[in-house]
Amino acid sequence: MAKELIKGNTAVAEAALRAGLQAYFGYPITPQTELLEHLSARMPELGRPFVQAESELGAINMVYGAACTGKRVMTSSSSPGVSLMMEGLSYIAGTEVPAVLVDVVRGGPGLGNIAPAQGDYNQIVHGGGHGDYHMLVLAPASVQEAVDLTVLAFDLAEKYRNLVAVLLDGSIGQMMEPAELPPMQPLKDDVPDWAVRGTQGGEKRILTSINLDPPAQEVMNLRLMTRWQEIEKNEVRYKGYFLDDAEYIVVGFGTAGRVSLSAVRAAREKGIKVGLLRPITVAPFPNDVLDELTEQAKAFLVVEMNAGQMLEDVRLVVRGRKPVEFFGRMGGVVPFPDEVLTEIERLVKEPLTTEGHPRDRWLARLRETIG
Amino acid sequence: MVVTDKPTKIVYHRPQALENVVTHYCPGCTHGVAHRLVAEVLDEMGETENTIGVASVGCSVFAYNYFDIDFVEAAHGRAPAMATGIKRVYPDRTVFTYQGDGDLASIGTAEIVHAAGRGERLTVIFINNANYGMTGGQMAPTTLPGQKTSSSPTGRDVKRQGFPIQMAEMLSTLEGASYVVRRSLHNSREVRRAKKAIRTAFEVQKHDLGFSLVELLSTCPTNWGMTPPQAREWIDSTMINAFPLGDYKISSAVADLEI
Repeated sequence: MAKELIKGNTAVAEAALRAGLQAYFGYPITPQTELLEHLSARMPELGRPFVQAESELGAINMVYGAACTGKRVMTSSSSPGVSLMMEGLSYIAGTEVPAVLVDVVRGGPGLGNIAPAQGDYNQIVHGGGHGDYHMLVLAPASVQEAVDLTVLAFDLAEKYRNLVAVLLDGSIGQMMEPAELPPMQPLKDDVPDWAVRGTQGGEKRILTSINLDPPAQEVMNLRLMTRWQEIEKNEVRYKGYFLDDAEYIVVGFGTAGRVSLSAVRAAREKGIKVGLLRPITVAPFPNDVLDELTEQAKAFLVVEMNAGQMLEDVRLVVRGRKPVEFFGRMGGVVPFPDEVLTEIERLVKEPLTTEGHPRDRWLARLRETIG
Repeated sequence: MVVTDKPTKIVYHRPQALENVVTHYCPGCTHGVAHRLVAEVLDEMGETENTIGVASVGCSVFAYNYFDIDFVEAAHGRAPAMATGIKRVYPDRTVFTYQGDGDLASIGTAEIVHAAGRGERLTVIFINNANYGMTGGQMAPTTLPGQKTSSSPTGRDVKRQGFPIQMAEMLSTLEGASYVVRRSLHNSREVRRAKKAIRTAFEVQKHDLGFSLVELLSTCPTNWGMTPPQAREWIDSTMINAFPLGDYKISSAVADLEI
């Protein structure tokens, strides 16, 4: 199929549809709305359910119900809307039914703004909803990657009966670039045994997240954690750039990773031996490769569009063995490659330390820049 | 033992849609009656094996233990949204929610109003017992003015705690709602009328005529601090005045329905 110039949100919607999306439930919110709009036309065209819900709470609970039928279902939203969905996400996780969430992240906290940001990392990667559960989180850095990962998201959700989130930032959602859409897949005609459909003469099925008996609930928690270990073993994805001889390593996901790549290329032209590690799955996090890189690196620079949320995951792996520095922009400000290049150069020139917290040093520098 | 040659006729038996299990509901509570009516109607309509139920949060959180049908358990108040997701995927299945007043009239008002507004082809069984039963009898949106509960210990003061919400009346104003009625379970006459209404509500769904809801006034002797007969009497003498029984919305298509 030929490439076409297409907006990220529209591309994700069309990719989901072609991956066999059987029901969509959502609520309008910028910068995600084109996704819902595209499906509002395409789903009915194909005779598939589309509901614009009364709220994100409504939407995620419609997804919950439809997910209990074992069909391919998804919702999409942006940060404040995703906050509202946390209740439903916890229930979906607790009921062990598959579903896909697309989060097109905007600036926060609160209403914040509608500019691109990565401030949802913690609520998506480290919970948000109550109880011990993990979402598998895919973080694309281009429209093409968003398309490919959306298709993958459905397969992974079904394979593990687990929630899968596609974590875009607003710029990937809003940006137009050439991308090749996947071929139209036929809809699944089978449903898993556990899915409700009416007993049709057989044994009844109950899908619930309640278990009043603590030891039994603990067994259920253990099952979730065992599944997550399996996911950690099988599903880590990342992309490395110029890592072979890299002395300095930048770590960034999504748009921050993409901006950092431009900076890394510019630094290479200046003769700096710097590489980029871009996690594609931010959950599970690419711990092993980062651990190996810790041996080889002189220092790390973590770049994010938040106040250092993935930074903590990097620090957990590096464990003070090498200096880690941080550069971030918050509130919907997207860093320029030049800013990241300056940080890379600072890493090479200035004395580094493994003491203290990189966030404190970054905040001190940021105060000087933006007051 | 009397042996007779006369052929025996079974006049009463457990509906196929109900499990043979011991109840966890309190003595004198009418949840069991409501469960049985739903089960009888589904059996009579031949829908038992074609039905998906949505349980809610409250005393009936374990409703699925009593019904021998496919069931899911919703988050508090979200049953109509969850049921929407199921019904949209399976338009040919019978889908119903079973919700109490804390669930439907408080935390779940947005979900119920919009499910009705969209005219979702769902049947809602709404149990109104004027308090939060499961958590121990706190004030609900349906608690009557002056009624003592564990969170309105001196009686509901409408100046501070507002007025009861009449859900059937409110939902009946919505175009998408096709059948909205209020019945009671406090005596055998009303139980029979309730069953008829539940049958109609499920027929509305089966005939694709839109949203249907049956509100059922239900006893809660434990939390009302009454004996079961006193509780039934309180519905008759007091609760019914705040929540009058009646047909609040019967669309013309439903009126034409012959059952």
